[in-house]
Amino acid sequence: MTKVSSKNKQWLSGNEAIARAAWEAGVTVASGYPGTPSTEILENLCTYKDVYAEWAPNEKVALEVGLGASFAGARVLVTMKHVGLNVAADPLFTASYTGVRGGIVIITADDPEMHSSQNEQDNRHYAYAAKLPMLEPSDPAEAMEMLKQAFAISEEFDTPVLFRTTTRVAHVKGMVAIGKRKKGQVPVAIEKMPAKFVMLPGNARMRRRSIAERMGKLASFVETFAANRIDKGDKKLGFITGGVSYLYVKEAFPKAAVLKIATTWPLPFKLIRDFAAQVDEVVVVEELDPFLETHIKAAGIACTGKDKIPAMGELNPFIIKKALGQETGEIFAPVDIPPRPPNMCPGCPHRGLFYNLAKYDVFIAGDIGCYTLGFLPPLSAMDSCVCMGASIGVAHGMDKALGEAARGKTVAVIGDSTFIHSGITGLINMVYNKSMSTVIILDNRITAMTGHQANPASGSTIMGEPANAIDLTELCRAIGVRHVRTVNPHDIKECKKVLTEEIDRPEPSVIISLAPCVLLPEERKRPKMPLTTLVDNCTGCGTCVHLGCPAISWMPLTPAEAKKLGKKEKQKGYARISMEMCNGCGQCLAVCKFKAIGKAEEKK
Amino acid sequence: MKPSGNILFCGVGGQGILLASEITAFALLECGLDAKKSEVHGMAQRGGSVVAHLRYGKKVYSPLIDPGQADYLVAFETMEAVRYLPFLHQGSKVIVNTHQIPPPAVATGKMVYPADLLSRLTSLNISVYPLDGFSIAKQVGEIRTANLVLVGALSTFLPVEEELFLEVLKKRIPRKIEENIAAFREGRKITA
Ligand SMILES: Cc1ncc(C[n+]2csc(CCOP(=O)(O)OP(=O)(O)O)c2C)c(N)n1
Ligand code: SF4
Ligand code: SF4
Repeated sequence: MTKVSSKNKQWLSGNEAIARAAWEAGVTVASGYPGTPSTEILENLCTYKDVYAEWAPNEKVALEVGLGASFAGARVLVTMKHVGLNVAADPLFTASYTGVRGGIVIITADDPEMHSSQNEQDNRHYAYAAKLPMLEPSDPAEAMEMLKQAFAISEEFDTPVLFRTTTRVAHVKGMVAIGKRKKGQVPVAIEKMPAKFVMLPGNARMRRRSIAERMGKLASFVETFAANRIDKGDKKLGFITGGVSYLYVKEAFPKAAVLKIATTWPLPFKLIRDFAAQVDEVVVVEELDPFLETHIKAAGIACTGKDKIPAMGELNPFIIKKALGQETGEIFAPVDIPPRPPNMCPGCPHRGLFYNLAKYDVFIAGDIGCYTLGFLPPLSAMDSCVCMGASIGVAHGMDKALGEAARGKTVAVIGDSTFIHSGITGLINMVYNKSMSTVIILDNRITAMTGHQANPASGSTIMGEPANAIDLTELCRAIGVRHVRTVNPHDIKECKKVLTEEIDRPEPSVIISLAPCVLLPEERKRPKMPLTTLVDNCTGCGTCVHLGCPAISWMPLTPAEAKKLGKKEKQKGYARISMEMCNGCGQCLAVCKFKAIGKAEEKK
Repeated sequence: MKPSGNILFCGVGGQGILLASEITAFALLECGLDAKKSEVHGMAQRGGSVVAHLRYGKKVYSPLIDPGQADYLVAFETMEAVRYLPFLHQGSKVIVNTHQIPPPAVATGKMVYPADLLSRLTSLNISVYPLDGFSIAKQVGEIRTANLVLVGALSTFLPVEEELFLEVLKKRIPRKIEENIAAFREGRKITA
């Protein structure tokens, strides 16, 4: 019986299972950068005894930290979301050459369907391109088993191992068998191995041969690796699949023969060939790109796949059945109702800044974080968003393209965590190459979007221990920005004054918009003074509604209702503040010209 | 044969959907069933439309409920119940909090909150159990127990004895356990 309370099984998410598995595998060092759907791995792992875990400023640093720890002999886990691996790609490709001492596993958490991402790149290609083994579990229970195997593979074959999850593995919960912690086999010590660790051309050429040797050995290993397995069944249609797609296939075609691939790279080609010979027709079912299909075809094995299965977004059993011409039944048509996109919280400091910024005739090069929601109406205050850190380069590039006409026309907005992640080099470029652009750092003291992780400007570590907090003003000054101003984004008037001065400045300047995220534990504890609309004074001008605060609602009025309230018949409505939701930030009070917003009683 | 089923929980980010689905999952697991639950974290939690899939049975493969396959929908907000209509089938049971939260387009006066939403469901042969979770929560003396009212209403349909459910609540709910149990019981009355 699978009881939740059972001693050797626990109800865990994929991410919780990975954290537990890393601990059981004897990991002693872990580094990563937050990113959905990978974030909870380190948040869990840091609570285990005898593991050092840290948030790095970005994924490249995280992987380099991981390499150093591995070179010292420790078992290491490095975590990031799919786009994070782009940032870490530079060390990744050469780590393939150096190999490891202690086992190192790199988690890439992909996000098909882009639930929380700017693209849905398929990181299986990295395994092929960097010549590294990659494992892919289907659910939390498998994540537990396979992560431990990944460490063994890393040490046995002297290679970093890529471990790919997707949203429907990372954020799925299921029962997981748990075990005891084992110690890593490699002694932790400084051992100088220059031929292996110093990748100058001479050494690198030697190591390039080691890679070929290693991948050859791995190619035979995966043929008998038990997690690559065949579920016997009806031989008309044989499926080749891996990751969460395996579960969808089992659900959609419970009786079919299935070859489940756990080692996405290298592939067990002999096993695949044998399987293909046993069935009449082979269909490859995989999310996103035809990765398995392309490599299977290249090996001369006939199969189909993406001619029927969608190459975009997530799959599910329904989509697979439909693609393969199975009966799916009638589905109720969706009802046309207003959409419900995410929104910044009531009292979010970012809102005050964007409310002002929206009024300038400028190109707002945006970045990634909660503040990206400033793009949505009614604020509609963002004109581009590409990848973390891009705002500053984009603003500067636009500034150079516009030439003389650029003065007062370009602004970059970037969060504190994003600025540290990859904005600093952009700012150095702006100063060095004489931009006229303005950079606004939205400093809410935390990495909010991904669930409030501390960063090097927050003043604490992942464990909540006190740490140095970067002085962003001093940092910008040291880079050579002569005008660095700090504003309180809730102070709408002051904010406007500073924006006007700095945007017009014909040299790079930085505005630090400083106020804490309202969801920080300290902020939640603070007693709130909610505001309320004084309906008698409200003229229905709609100014406060334009803040887009979720606590403010427009209440439409018919002429008769308006008259009844003692208003002009042509007044179309009034604003109402929900006391339950209001955070008392005062932004609406500051924008109302009719004294129609005032204090309600204190809320605990 | 062991019972099986699919439960979809939906609502607005921040409404306590994850806790409600977690407690339900624990109760099903305690009965010796297999279960899987799929959630979405991240961006959607900032006040967007949020959904959690919970599937149970002898052995569960897919963590996702297919369109047309949700036996129960537990909706924390009225409009959200209707948003997930394509997941339902004739005979689905929908427990819906009559609480309305205007989405941005409604709050800014660009669109109106549609009236008569629930008749869209009943007209399709779907059983709807509306309840005012917040009023009930206020009655039991703790405004934050609205999610337990919904779980209570759902529980009468599940293959879990009331006693077992209560044990799970006692184990899993950190504070205000009396109020939460009262809310759960009020919920049960609605569908019993
Ligand atoms: C390379 C990369 N790593 C991680 C992420 C995930 N991610 C999106 S926004 C964000 C941080 C946002 O923090 P901050 O800039 O401080 O803005 P806030 O959300 O606090 O407003 C992260 C880590 C990403 N999109 N790209
Ligand atoms: S979590 Fe913080 S930064 Fe993000 S929208 Fe809410 S208040 Fe703003
Ligand atoms: S004070 Fe105004 S803007 Fe701030 S949270 Fe309350 S209603 Fe929203």
